[in-house]
Amino acid sequence: MRRLLVRRVLPDFDPGRPYRRSASVALRPESFGALVYHFGTRKLSFLKTPELVEVVTGLEGQPDVHAAIAAAGVSQELRPSYLRALAGLAANGTIEERA
Amino acid sequence: MKLTEHFQYGLNSPICLTWELTYACNLACVHCLSSSGRRDPRELSTDECKSVVDELQKMQVFYVNIGGGEPTVRPDFWELLDYSIDHNVGVKFSTNGIKLDPRRAAQLARTDYVDVQISLDGATAAVNDVVRGPGSYDTAIRALENLASAGFGQPKISVVMTRQNVDQLDEFKAIADKFGAQLRITRLRPSGRGADVWDSLHPTAGQQRQLYDWLVARGADVLTGDSFFHLSAYGEALPGLNLCGAGRVVCLIDPVGDVYACPFAIHDEFLAGNVRSPGGFEEVWRSSELFAELRQPQTGGACRSCGHYDACQGGCMAAKFFTGLPLDGPDPECVLGNADAALAARGDSTVIPKSEVDHSRSAPRNSRVNARQPVALSLTPPPRRMDGVSPGPRGSTRPARDCDTSPLAELVASDGLG
Repeated sequence: MRRLLVRRVLPDFDPGRPYRRSASVALRPESFGALVYHFGTRKLSFLKTPELVEVVTGLEGQPDVHAAIAAAGVSQELRPSYLRALAGLAANGTIEERA
Repeated sequence: MKLTEHFQYGLNSPICLTWELTYACNLACVHCLSSSGRRDPRELSTDECKSVVDELQKMQVFYVNIGGGEPTVRPDFWELLDYSIDHNVGVKFSTNGIKLDPRRAAQLARTDYVDVQISLDGATAAVNDVVRGPGSYDTAIRALENLASAGFGQPKISVVMTRQNVDQLDEFKAIADKFGAQLRITRLRPSGRGADVWDSLHPTAGQQRQLYDWLVARGADVLTGDSFFHLSAYGEALPGLNLCGAGRVVCLIDPVGDVYACPFAIHDEFLAGNVRSPGGFEEVWRSSELFAELRQPQTGGACRSCGHYDACQGGCMAAKFFTGLPLDGPDPECVLGNADAALAARGDSTVIPKSEVDHSRSAPRNSRVNARQPVALSLTPPPRRMDGVSPGPRGSTRPARDCDTSPLAELVASDGLG
């Protein structure tokens, strides 16, 4: 079957909940951070800082998104911009809430 | 550093890789960018192709643009398609439709992770068949019908824009809508046999404006392969990264395994290596001298003082090279007319570079082997200086939507920070 992920309703992004990198995406390390490929939507996107890559890959081992951001060593003043970036990554399916 | 600057210095692996599986083709399009026709006896074997796929998987090249020649005339095409998909290397392939009968259309509809692009260069048989050959319009339409009947979701109709079909843009869109397809239009390059017909086929200055206006007004869901970035000098930047990715984020693997900087640059000057050499494709991509040079900072050359340089980046390297223009000057189709004088100044003594790689059925057999005498490149400066085609630092940050054979594909970028 083709295009399983054409449209689906995405729940609101809640950084107080546990997330993980979606099983449908692959990350390729690059000098700026990482290239993301989503095998379902076939879209490329970019994680533009190494810290953001660390957050995304670290989600799985953290109780919530805030903890993953802290674990990656993101400074307090930058955290709002990381939350916005992660909300975008949740919306495009790069990360997803886990049970 | 902006993302486009990182791209300028090259990535660990290409974003957009074109792989031409064969020089064999049932057609003989007058503008064929790879001068295809006859199969090359040195063509990569099935096992060698699979090894390339293995490498691409390891390098995390997530999809390839397969072309030719006509890739589906390779008897192992379907085997290689499955192999690639099974190894997480998605396939977009370009075809004239010759093999897309109802059975193959149904097979494709069942296959995930494959995109099909049907080439059509006229919205009517009269316009199309002059360029692509008698019967080719009907072949393409039949393939589209078969795909639609099989329930294949959204194939692409790929159109090379020419002086004869710019007026048909609305008609192309209507054909795409009729078959549930997406329209993709790309720029005619003077590459391969395209060099022989470029003077009479490339859009006029007025038509370039017409094309630009149409893209701005109606192009929201039309793919362009980021190939019209030279038109951005008209004003509003077209969607795309608006940069030349040759050797930086883009390259070509040809049917015999030669790796070139871009699909439009099949010429020894842009040959980086061969996948059969030790270290394979990865070694070529990461260590070739040519690619290292292409990834150096660029100056912009004669275009640097132009107020539109940031928009067009001096245009297309291949278009300049194969029209005999200096690579550090304006694109032959510069919308400001800055190349007109240089084009007019070309005389009988001007040697325009021509590729030795010619598999046209009209060409002598083994033409490459026989053509080993030196190729004079008199008027052009050392072609490996890519001044003027660099992805400049201040370029558009708008994401590209598509890549296919040309620069940057579906870079729905901007998910990161800032």
